Amino acid sequence: MKNKYFIYISFLIGCFIVLPLSSFAQTVATALPAAAAIAPVPFISAGNTAWMIVATALVMLMTIPGLALFYGGLVRNKNILNVLMQCFILLAVISLEWVVFGYSNAFGSSSGFLAPYIGGFDWAFLKGIRVTDVSPYYISQATERIPHIVFVMFQCMFAVITPALIIGAFAERMKFRGFLIFSLLWAILVYNPIAHWVWSADGWLNKLGALDFAGGTVVHINAGIAALVTAIMLGKRKLPKGQHITPPHNIPFVVIGAALLWFGWFGFNAGSGLAADGLAANAFLVTHIAAAAAALSWVLLDWFSNRKPTVVGISTGAVAGLVAITPAAGFVDVSGAIIIGLLVSVMCFFMVSVVKRKLGYDDSLDAFGVHGIGGIWGAIATGLFATPMIQSAYSGAFYGNPKQLGIQLIAILVTLIYSGVLTALIFKIVEKTLGIRATDEEEILGLDLTQHDEIAYNEAD
Amino acid sequence: MKKIEAIVRKSRFEEVREALHAADIDFLSWWEVKGQGTAKQGLIFRGIAYDVNSVARIFISFVVRDINFEKSINAILKSAYTGESGDGRIFVTQIEQSIRIRTGDKGDESLYDLK
Repeated sequence: MKNKYFIYISFLIGCFIVLPLSSFAQTVATALPAAAAIAPVPFISAGNTAWMIVATALVMLMTIPGLALFYGGLVRNKNILNVLMQCFILLAVISLEWVVFGYSNAFGSSSGFLAPYIGGFDWAFLKGIRVTDVSPYYISQATERIPHIVFVMFQCMFAVITPALIIGAFAERMKFRGFLIFSLLWAILVYNPIAHWVWSADGWLNKLGALDFAGGTVVHINAGIAALVTAIMLGKRKLPKGQHITPPHNIPFVVIGAALLWFGWFGFNAGSGLAADGLAANAFLVTHIAAAAAALSWVLLDWFSNRKPTVVGISTGAVAGLVAITPAAGFVDVSGAIIIGLLVSVMCFFMVSVVKRKLGYDDSLDAFGVHGIGGIWGAIATGLFATPMIQSAYSGAFYGNPKQLGIQLIAILVTLIYSGVLTALIFKIVEKTLGIRATDEEEILGLDLTQHDEIAYNEAD
Repeated sequence: MKKIEAIVRKSRFEEVREALHAADIDFLSWWEVKGQGTAKQGLIFRGIAYDVNSVARIFISFVVRDINFEKSINAILKSAYTGESGDGRIFVTQIEQSIRIRTGDKGDESLYDLK
């Protein structure tokens, strides 16, 4: 074990020494269009709209089949259908919740003291949003915008994937109906408010200046802490004495899932600029490079600490890198992306291989270890590496604005507390009313058979 | 007649089959089996090395005439051997009767044509 710690520490030190030495020549995004003196009337840009429709579809791909296969391959063969079903039904249920009132709660406005905390119901059933309306939200393109409807759809996919990420923590031991009600309540009471705080025009964290380009706080820290809370409250899976690990039943699925997540993440991050421009191009670049750096550093850690590079390792590392770059994608340059990527694997690896085992909670598929820890690091890193070279209005501690780091820490802390407490509350309510933990027999026979009357792999020919 | 059952390493199975063929044993059945013993298979998951609680082996079963018994055993002993822990076992049972379904032949005649 001593040897293991030594490897982590030397790796960390190595990253800090080597990277700043090679001061990267940055060529990306040298000139963003200067703000026009008189604000022209915004209109729907065909180019931006085309990209954003594609980006939205890419984000959908992340939940099914991306995340579904990533998680599905990691569970045992008696539980894969349950995981696939959970991802699939969230796409259906949360999408409906989103148009009924979720979007209005998250991105709409309300009056009075509630305005910074939750949107109202003005846009319930998307009332009043016409096909010709331009999106009220934009990042770098104030004039050439996208249709409001496309923004609704794009954000819908984010609302879907966030509760889906939590599945990794409670996989293999949750009743299906309990899961469904828990996830729906969680989307309404946790996701929508936090999305409002960070992303809506009235949101209090937004006004405070918290930077979250594509959802490090709203999506990953939020889902990560909810994952930790549910894993602890649900208790450990029933495993034979002395066994802590269940071997993944289909690692090729894990690889396909991770690859689709990587691919879909280009829509997630490069779409979060809400336009097809240089900022999107930079997000595209740093997303890719951070994922590559994290995949490589995880494999190197594997190699040094266990003597073999593993396939689950490279897949997990890539996902960790994507998580970490998410909040930073619109603010950092490629050197920032490399450091963020290299370091996130060190932290997540340490979390899932050492800390989790020490603390003894059963986060089945490391939803907290990867999304929670990766998200926290990403949010902090945004406060460190944000450079005015990308968006001139935003810089981090390493570019003369240490205040940003403080704001990031507030956003992280608030999210951890609010999401953690509300998750525990929702969990208790569902546990007391519907029941949430599968019975021992259901767990041993497998959730595929007991929750769905189906099995994934039929032996009969 | 005797039934010979053997549990051998997956990695030696092809050699065992060839050795038995060389000893004129052309008829045999086998299964892939999981079991537990002193040998452990180490695996890694996200930085944690662990042992799976089962090892994979091949289970072979066939029935021979008494005259072929010794050479069958020797063939397996030679071909399945690596010297490491986990090479497996051979079990021998006396067989009371054997009947070939197509012809109704009984005893030694039912097993296979004499060379």
